[in-house]
Amino acid sequence: MLNPNLKLNEKMFDKDVEQIPIRQGFGEGLLEAGEKNLQVVGLCADLTESTKMNLFKDKFPNRFIQMGVAEQNLASVASGLAAMGKIPFISSYAMFSPGRNWEQIRTTICYNNRPVKIVGSHAGVSVGPDGGTHQAIEDIAITRVIPRMVVISPCDSLEAKKATLASVDTGTPVYLRLAREKTPVMTTTETPFKIGEAQIFWQSTKPQVGIIATGALLHKALLSAKQLEASGIEVEVMNLGTIKPLDEKAIVTLAKKTGKIITVEEHQIRGGMGSAVAESLAKNYPVPIEFIGVDDQFGQSGTPEELIEYYGMGVGSIVKAVNKILKRQ
Amino acid sequence: MEITDEKLIELKEKANDIRISLIEALIKAGSGHTAGPLGMADIFTTLFFHTLNHDPKKPDWAERDRLVLSNGHICPVLYSAMAHAGYFPVEELKTLRQFGSRLQGHPHRDFLPMLETSSGPLASGLSQAVGMALADKIDHGLTSKRRIYALLSDGELESGQSWEAAMLGGKERLHNLVAVVDRNNIQIDGYTEEVMPLESLSDKWRAWNWNVIEIDGHNIEEIADAFEQAKTVFGKPTVIIAHTIAGKGVEEFEQDYRWHGNPPGKGPTDKIPADKQGEVALAELRTLGGKIKSEHQ
Repeated sequence: MLNPNLKLNEKMFDKDVEQIPIRQGFGEGLLEAGEKNLQVVGLCADLTESTKMNLFKDKFPNRFIQMGVAEQNLASVASGLAAMGKIPFISSYAMFSPGRNWEQIRTTICYNNRPVKIVGSHAGVSVGPDGGTHQAIEDIAITRVIPRMVVISPCDSLEAKKATLASVDTGTPVYLRLAREKTPVMTTTETPFKIGEAQIFWQSTKPQVGIIATGALLHKALLSAKQLEASGIEVEVMNLGTIKPLDEKAIVTLAKKTGKIITVEEHQIRGGMGSAVAESLAKNYPVPIEFIGVDDQFGQSGTPEELIEYYGMGVGSIVKAVNKILKRQ
Repeated sequence: MEITDEKLIELKEKANDIRISLIEALIKAGSGHTAGPLGMADIFTTLFFHTLNHDPKKPDWAERDRLVLSNGHICPVLYSAMAHAGYFPVEELKTLRQFGSRLQGHPHRDFLPMLETSSGPLASGLSQAVGMALADKIDHGLTSKRRIYALLSDGELESGQSWEAAMLGGKERLHNLVAVVDRNNIQIDGYTEEVMPLESLSDKWRAWNWNVIEIDGHNIEEIADAFEQAKTVFGKPTVIIAHTIAGKGVEEFEQDYRWHGNPPGKGPTDKIPADKQGEVALAELRTLGGKIKSEHQ
């Protein structure tokens, strides 16, 4: 059952569940952050409307900088602004930032210890028809490996808004991973959010498997849990909204409770959230793990649903992984 | 601010002291870059002892000018100028590049927080300076008196990011931004015009709406005048293309790209044997190339 303490959206399993793009929550969050904190500035590399930074730009034109198609400059200029006390949010597609400008993020932002917030929109294969060049499925790996970087991957637009507002005050670099497509709203404005804290969204009395999901695929994990319950298999589902710092305590607790873990992410299996979970469990409490994600391939054109299915990240694949892991010792 | 004759002599002597200290530091370190730091000593001297609005006793003073070194590998001259200006003891220069030193091989703010930035990978310094100038413009408008100085090498202008930053600086009309290009014509693999031609360099900057000044990078009066002239220009940033001699001050090191990444003792041996390089360099600097008869005079 859904965790009653988190005040989640009770209608999340309905056919007509409200669906909002995760990036919309960022746009609204940045607008509110700009109202609350005069040091917040926005920089965008020619994708202002796409990344929803236009809401901030329209309200605060003097605190918005149009960078043009220049992602390396985007990262380093933000570092300079932060050196003068500003709190810059930089937005582009995840493929270009943090993709194209990785070294500038590493050196001028993280090595330099500047609190720049890197907002990578259109992450995952669910970008859809644009095809593989625009589907960032390596971004978690390349950001979580950099010292000082906080990596957040919100599950819906409301969590994205809360994550945006929370990012303002961390005093650290932050990577905020956003998806393009409309995503079922699973949380409510009442649902608590804290950077670095995982939450159990789906609870069971005697769970046999723990499913850890991040981003929009959390909805698929919850649908799987509901379906498995109907067939008599109990699982728990964790929303891992922050990938770094990793909530190791919550992950170990879940592993101890269930003895088997499945990770679900719209990202390469290698180096992603599942790898982060595995690194922690291998050290703290080794249990069998199955990984749901893209298996060492590039994306392609298609509808988001077609691609999620094709690359083995849909409900069917998650249920299959649960049945497989139940047979493992 | 005009330079008096007295001040000019003082600055020339300071530049020589800064060269001596950086050579001593490089000899002790046994690794590091020699040509660039010697070539930029006159410009760093003018900035730290004449032009910069700063307070070495209060390095975090909020109203200070900012100095961003983009090509971090010439940091021996930055460290030496900072030490002589009073940011930290001159003696500390001899810890350069050693384990635990505040003076890392390439500047790192974690170790020396008074640095405006960490640097090493080329071509990101101008972007950071543009960001600082933008922050100043957001807070103080188009007439701010604060200056952001970005020190660049010519070689790093081969990187696209340099021009991304130049474009933005011109577009945003950043009058408070002054870039200095160390036009010494050398880089690790050879002469810039052979590796990747940069000319016509001043036309390139002008095309992005920059005020361009070309100077002799070893003439302290010209250097100081250029910084003053930059203050009179509104509506566009200024770039000072400083024609310098890499290795300036030690005749045998001058204009030889093989001295780019080697310290005295490990440089080319066709002019001075390795074990004599440090000694010769220091003797030349201490006697101002033979103009003074003895090191002790």
